[in-house]
Amino acid sequence: MDQLLTTYLDELLAGLWVTARLTAVAFFGSLVVGTAVAACRVSPIVPLRAVGRLYVDLFVNIPLISLLVVVTFGLPDIGITFDLFSCAAISMILLGGAFTCEAIRTGVNAVSVGQVEAARSIGLDFFGVLRFVLFPQAFRSVIQPIVNVFIGILLSSSLAGVIGVKDLTLQVSEINNEAALGLTTYLLAAVAYVVISLLAGGLGARLEERLRVQR
Amino acid sequence: MSTVDSLFDAAGPRARRRIRILTVLSLLGIAGLAAVVLLRFGQAGQLAADRWVEFTQGPYLIFLLAGLGNTVTAAAASAVFALPLGLVLALGRLSVRTPLRRLATGWIEFFRSVPLLLVVYIFVSGLPQYGINPDIFWKLVIPITLCSSAVMAEIFRAGIKALPAGQSEAGLSVGLSRGQVMRSVVLPQAVRIVVPSMVAQLVVLLKDTTLGYAVSYPELMKTSNNLTAYTNHLIQTYLIIAAVYVVTNVFISHLARYLERRMSGRAARIGQEALEAGFG
Repeated sequence: MDQLLTTYLDELLAGLWVTARLTAVAFFGSLVVGTAVAACRVSPIVPLRAVGRLYVDLFVNIPLISLLVVVTFGLPDIGITFDLFSCAAISMILLGGAFTCEAIRTGVNAVSVGQVEAARSIGLDFFGVLRFVLFPQAFRSVIQPIVNVFIGILLSSSLAGVIGVKDLTLQVSEINNEAALGLTTYLLAAVAYVVISLLAGGLGARLEERLRVQR
Repeated sequence: MSTVDSLFDAAGPRARRRIRILTVLSLLGIAGLAAVVLLRFGQAGQLAADRWVEFTQGPYLIFLLAGLGNTVTAAAASAVFALPLGLVLALGRLSVRTPLRRLATGWIEFFRSVPLLLVVYIFVSGLPQYGINPDIFWKLVIPITLCSSAVMAEIFRAGIKALPAGQSEAGLSVGLSRGQVMRSVVLPQAVRIVVPSMVAQLVVLLKDTTLGYAVSYPELMKTSNNLTAYTNHLIQTYLIIAAVYVVTNVFISHLARYLERRMSGRAARIGQEALEAGFG
């Protein structure tokens, strides 16, 4: 443990920083892409709907490693190259967008039809319905699914190590190959992931509690 | 009719015209995008027939099928071990005995929030330092089992809790013990409710086996990687393999959704929770 903290603290912190950055970029990117795809899926324009469905079906079902490998090692074949961090971020955003889209759709559909009909019947226009009736309620029911997407992104950011992005998991693995410190390093990293996940979950639960309708 | 659909009126003549114009524009956009992609491939010479037809040749197919076989074996083995383990964990988490409940809860929460790859690395290069050094197959299957047992436990728990309380109350009131109620009243119904979610969980297991790529277990991803070392046709190989995964998983998801539709809304709700757990 001493040797771990004196010799390798910098590596561990650097890994944690990369993991945090990758998770943050992928999460916010996923929110943007997911919202756009969800908008496509409900739009009255048929080709956009089809593209939205295809997008979700494709990226919900592709394994992240498979996509990472296509983006990192496949795309250079047709003359498109990114740095490794961007490759990981792009792949995770493509995947996360599909899951976010589904989370948003379920959340919006969890608001009962009667709410929207009632809002329209008292004369609210389209944006009024969205702003005063649909979004405040949908936001509540979307929190938990979005938190799950966040945790999914955090855990899958470890796969970026497979293409050589030095995130926490890869750092831990390399430290271990160098110094064979037993399970301590791994458990330290595991604790970091568990703490971030639990924090995200707790934050989501508190937000949900605060926004709950008092009935 | 879903909530989203109820937002819009039926389109009038002007809106219909606008929708038609936007439809045409979006079609042009999609076609343009497809053309750009194809042009890219063409310019780089990646569309040459010999780079694609090789995948229809016997030796290539046999090579890749062997990888697919290993993928299926690993996923199936993980499912066989994770299912009963998940059931035991769910029962533990619902147990009235506090230490048992804490243990199961801790296990589930830990393995739900630790990356699978980290657990795989523990088995690949952590545990061998203590003399625990199983075959590479088990170094992949045991971590997958550990991580997915936690998710399956939550699905089982959701299934058990979805049953009306009257079911177990009725069982208790006719004099059955808690164990008997669980065994002969609750579980037979709960297990049926979670079948669609468990089928959907196969998708996650199949995805999880791709970690074999990171630890050189010769499943489909690793096999295709080996193949590219020989042919050097990277983008073709990886795209085709990605397509194989997508088609397989879409098929399994549709099967799960079909099973779900045949049941009540309870199965659908649990299924949604399972989907959210399936990232990565």
